[in-house]
Amino acid sequence: MADNVKPRVRVPSSATAGEVVTIKTLISHQMESGQRKDDAGNVIPRSIINRFVAAYNGETVIDVTLEPAISTNPYFEFQAKIPESGTMTFTWYDDDGSVYEDSQEITVG
Amino acid sequence: MTTLSRRDTMALGLGALAAAFVLPKVAVAATDDAIAAFTGGASVGQGGITLTAPEIAENGNTVPIEVSAPGAEAIMVLAAGNPNPDVATFNFGPLSGAQSASTRIRLAETQDVVAIARMGDGSFVEARQEVKVTIGGCGG
Repeated sequence: MADNVKPRVRVPSSATAGEVVTIKTLISHQMESGQRKDDAGNVIPRSIINRFVAAYNGETVIDVTLEPAISTNPYFEFQAKIPESGTMTFTWYDDDGSVYEDSQEITVG
Repeated sequence: MTTLSRRDTMALGLGALAAAFVLPKVAVAATDDAIAAFTGGASVGQGGITLTAPEIAENGNTVPIEVSAPGAEAIMVLAAGNPNPDVATFNFGPLSGAQSASTRIRLAETQDVVAIARMGDGSFVEARQEVKVTIGGCGG
């Protein structure tokens, strides 16, 4: 597992039914591209987050495939439709098989 | 240290020249391959997709971009001048509020950023924008 991986998400705590809300996510990760070399000239092996999924009550909002060209500390901003109260779950998949998760409740009413 | 004869120097120069010509072609071919893999060879139209990127990016390590294509199922982003042109593919699910997304990408050098959307009806549209990069984002 990469060190110090910490997901952060910004989600509104409440919404009206059917409202479209803006979600912002950031996860600290070095996103080693596999292009860089260390001081000795050896290629530093690729180590990135390769997939990010946001889902609300189990239904997909966005599913992103990440390549090494995504910057360090991958940031995403996107829109989600909120039909009813529930939980927004965020999942990041690392090259090394680690899975990082976060979730946030949204109340409609 | 070995000394270079005139002939060696000429050969080196020619090699460098050849590399300079060949490399961009390889990158363009890789981009075309990536587009073909995404579209399955279908023709790509214009319009209906917006790619927002800065005209000049001082730091190629983190270039903010936004893609938006109302009615799209998926949007693929490519950087034609990177060692590997793939950047990201956004797949929008049923609860996607708007088919748009923002992120930050790495650009190795001044180049075109390409966004291609697969629309709900199976057609494809693309948008391109050149981003001038002052400091490349590939390390090395």
